[in-house]
Parts: sequence; structure tokens; C-alpha cells
Amino acid sequence: MVLAALVGLWELYRWVWTSAGWTWPFRVDDTSMPHVWRIAKAFAEPAQVNQPALITVLLHKTLFTAKEAAAGFGLGAVVGFALGVVLVHSRLLQRGFLPYIVGSQTIPILAIAPMVVVWVNPKLPGSLQGWGAVAVIAAYLTFFPVAINTLRGLQSADPRALELMRTYAASRWTVLWKLRVPSSLPYVFSALRLAATASVVGAIIGELPSGIQSGLGGAILNFNQYYSLEPQELWATNVVAAALGIVFFVIVVAAEKIVVRRAPENVA
Amino acid sequence: MSEAAVPAVVRIEKVTKTFAQGNVTALQDIDLELAPGEFVSLIGPSGCGKSTLLRVIGDLVEPTSGTVTVNGKSARQARNDGDYGIVFQDAVLFEWRTVAKNIALPLEMLGWDRARRRQRVEEMLDLVELSAFANHHPWQLSGGMQQRVAIARALAFEPALLLMDEPFGALDEMTRERLNLELLSIWEKAGSTVVFVTHSISEAVFLSTRVVVMSPRPGRIAGVVEIDLPYPRTVETREEPRFFELVTEVRELLRKRGEHLLPEEEQLLEDAS
Repeated sequence: MVLAALVGLWELYRWVWTSAGWTWPFRVDDTSMPHVWRIAKAFAEPAQVNQPALITVLLHKTLFTAKEAAAGFGLGAVVGFALGVVLVHSRLLQRGFLPYIVGSQTIPILAIAPMVVVWVNPKLPGSLQGWGAVAVIAAYLTFFPVAINTLRGLQSADPRALELMRTYAASRWTVLWKLRVPSSLPYVFSALRLAATASVVGAIIGELPSGIQSGLGGAILNFNQYYSLEPQELWATNVVAAALGIVFFVIVVAAEKIVVRRAPENVA
Repeated sequence: MSEAAVPAVVRIEKVTKTFAQGNVTALQDIDLELAPGEFVSLIGPSGCGKSTLLRVIGDLVEPTSGTVTVNGKSARQARNDGDYGIVFQDAVLFEWRTVAKNIALPLEMLGWDRARRRQRVEEMLDLVELSAFANHHPWQLSGGMQQRVAIARALAFEPALLLMDEPFGALDEMTRERLNLELLSIWEKAGSTVVFVTHSISEAVFLSTRVVVMSPRPGRIAGVVEIDLPYPRTVETREEPRFFELVTEVRELLRKRGEHLLPEEEQLLEDAS
């Protein structure tokens, strides 16, 4: 329904702007806003001669990017969670490290991607060559929200519950696993939802400086060059990229439903 | 002294607690002894240190001076040995755990195996009459039921001592009176010693074998009232003349201390007149 409404809005906007001849904020024509059916049709046609249909090509590229994004998401989630666990136990480390963690996110990913490729690639075994570095770049975008929210979640444990654990003479470790981690899960999952889409963006952007052609990033770069001639192909690729992000998001939400047992109103 | 025959469960000697912040003397020279099986209430206005005293017994707050012995050990040792169970004003249940799992929490800490845990949890659910709710989550229960789960959790490992910090303070009067009766029957069955902090005079008199009346600034014991009402106590107990006499006695003690004004308060009164 929402999808139909979006398609309707797109075509309505096109129709109004072209028939009225409005040029603000941009000129609407077949290049800037191709018809939805042209984008849809583009999926079925080969993008280049002697190639299978675009949809087949894009599906392969999507799987490749999904692999990068999933690995990056996993890596970033683990690193982020571990960072949160370490930081919650030391105020000193928190004060020392948090500014750098925040700072790490202000560096544009395009600026560090080439370095990551140069550093990481030589160390990777053959099967990880190329895409492994992209996964690391995706992880770079992923770990941050997870680390920050894990820290916040671990700190969110009810002080009275912490006192109760003290009456049991519980060790730090027991408090962590029986109280802090379960308390943190709603926070962790809201970060994972963000991270799910960020990892897809990270993987796509990571492909650009890595010169990887097998993923969506490569396809976007390629279709960018032909945009004025074949705009529908870039649009089609964008639709697929968005769909991939949504799939990641939905998977996280489903996992959350299974893992987090909470009063409905308490889910962060 | 008869401790040789019946060793005290809790012995508090000359305990003073000052909080560095604001230089408040929360407790001053407290001496108190609890015999096994006693039900002792601590009552007094806010700031009289009754909750602090309870926390000192539980080694959640360290006294500035004086000693606390629980089961013949230091309070620290007693806490590490799991010698007491505690119930707070709020149930403090873990919402990701079911009722049964919440009750099993201290048993997991003690390393009980699964079969033993399950059996004890069943017994405790039976005791607090919540067997039908074993697999419910805390948010599906009423406040009174949640507090019963908290009591079951505190008693699950059969501690010799039960510390209760205004456990029914957040509940309505009706639920409170019903839980008072239930707590007494649990106490009679479990046979543990109870320290019960409360604001309510009638609750203290109804439940206790002794009521310790405390006064604020600095927190001291203003007097101790022996409650000689026979057990088991019932709904009718609250209507007996002796009940009213004891309530009055506690109230008088609370009021008498209230008349001892602080110097600055006397000054204020003089200024006003």
C-alpha cells in the first residue's frame, strides 16, 4: 500500500512539474525522474549487450554486497559490544577513550577507506581478498552506535537491582551476565537496527575506493557514468540497495522479537 | 546475659553512621539485639535512619563506628555467605525473567543444580500462592503479586534472616493488610528472623514481636515496645483493645521524641512569638 502510494506520488509529482514546466528545485524530465515503469522495465532488460537481465546481474551484486555488509555488521557488532562491556567497568577508560570513539565517526568514510584497503588487504587470506577490507569499512560504521548504546544499556541497570546483586555477593562477571547484559538488550537492539542499515551503506561506499566491481557499489559507480543516457539503471540499482538495507533491518527486528522479553511499553 | 543459650541472630553494638555529605548523623550509638525467630519492626519519621540501620545490618552501608554481627559473623562475612534475604519497597524483579526464574535467581548464584532449583521454586510458589503464575512475566502481575514474588525470592535459599525495607509501602491499604496476614503465615512457616522497616504504626504493631521506635537527627532508638499480642494474629487482632493500647504506646513514643526540638527549631518558634 505504502509502496503504491510512493509510486503514485512519484508519478504525480512528475506529471505536475512537467506539465506546469516548473524547474524548482530541479527540472523534471525523463533523466532526472524516469517513469516508474521504465525503472521496472530496466530490471528485465540487460544493461549491456550479451549480458543477462539487469535483475540477475544486480541480484549477484546484491548478494556480494550483502556478504560484505553482513560480515561488517557482525564484526562491528562484536567489537562495539565488547567496547561497551570494557568501558562500563572503568570510568577512567570511558573518559580516555570515548572522545576518540566519537572522533572516529567524524572522519568521512571515504577518507579512510583507501587506507583500510591498503592496511587490511595484504593480511587477508585469499578467500577474503578484496571484500574483507570492505567488510572492515562497514564494521567501522557499525561499531559506533553499538558501542555507545551498549555502554548506555549496561549503565541502565536498575541501581536497586545492582544492590540486590550485592546482597547475593555476586561477582562482577555474574552481575554483567545476569543483570547488566539483559538490561542492555533493548538499547543494543536499537543500535543494531541503526547499524543494520549503516553496514549496507558502509559496504557500498567501501567498494568505491577498493575498486571492487562485483558489488552494488561498483554497479552504482558504473551506472553513474551512463546516467544521462540510461538513468533508469541507476534508479533500479538504488531500489535494490534500499531493499537490501530494509532486509537487514527486518532481520534485526525479527531477532529482537525473539531475544528481548520485555513489557511492551518498555522496549526502547 | 543469655546469649550463650540463644545466640543472637543480629547484634548491633554502638553503631554510628555519619554521611560525609552534609555532615549528617544518620545513626548514633545504636545498640540492638535480635533473638532467633523474632519479628522486629523499625519505625520512625523520615530521616530517622531506619533504612540506614537495615542497610548496615545487610552490609550495604558501612557503619562509621561500632560493630554489627550477624549469625555470629561480621556483617560482611554474613553477606558473602548469603545469610540474609532482602525485600525492598519495590519488588525489583528482573523483567526478562519469568516469575519462577526470578525466584530461582539467588539459587543460581549459590550454584544449585537445576532439579534442586525447580523443586525449591515450586515450594516457594506454593508458599506465596502464585503457582499458577510461574511462567508469567513480572509486568503481567499486580503490585501485590510482584511483592509476593520478591518475598519468595528472598526466602528461597532459607536465610536465617529476612530484611524488609518498607516492602508494602507502595501498595494500597487493602492489599497491604492482606499481605501483612500472608507475611505472618509465611514467617510462622519459615521460622526466620525478620527486620521490618515501616512508616505505619498499625502495620508494625500488627506484625511484630517487638517494635523499635526511632527518632531523627541524630537517628537514635527512642524506645522499644514489646508486642504481647498472641500469634497467630488474624483480622480480629486489629480490633482488640490491647492492639489499640500498643498502637497508642508506639504513637506516644514517636510524638514524645517529636517534642524534642532542635535548637534552631526552638529559635524559630521563639522568633515567631
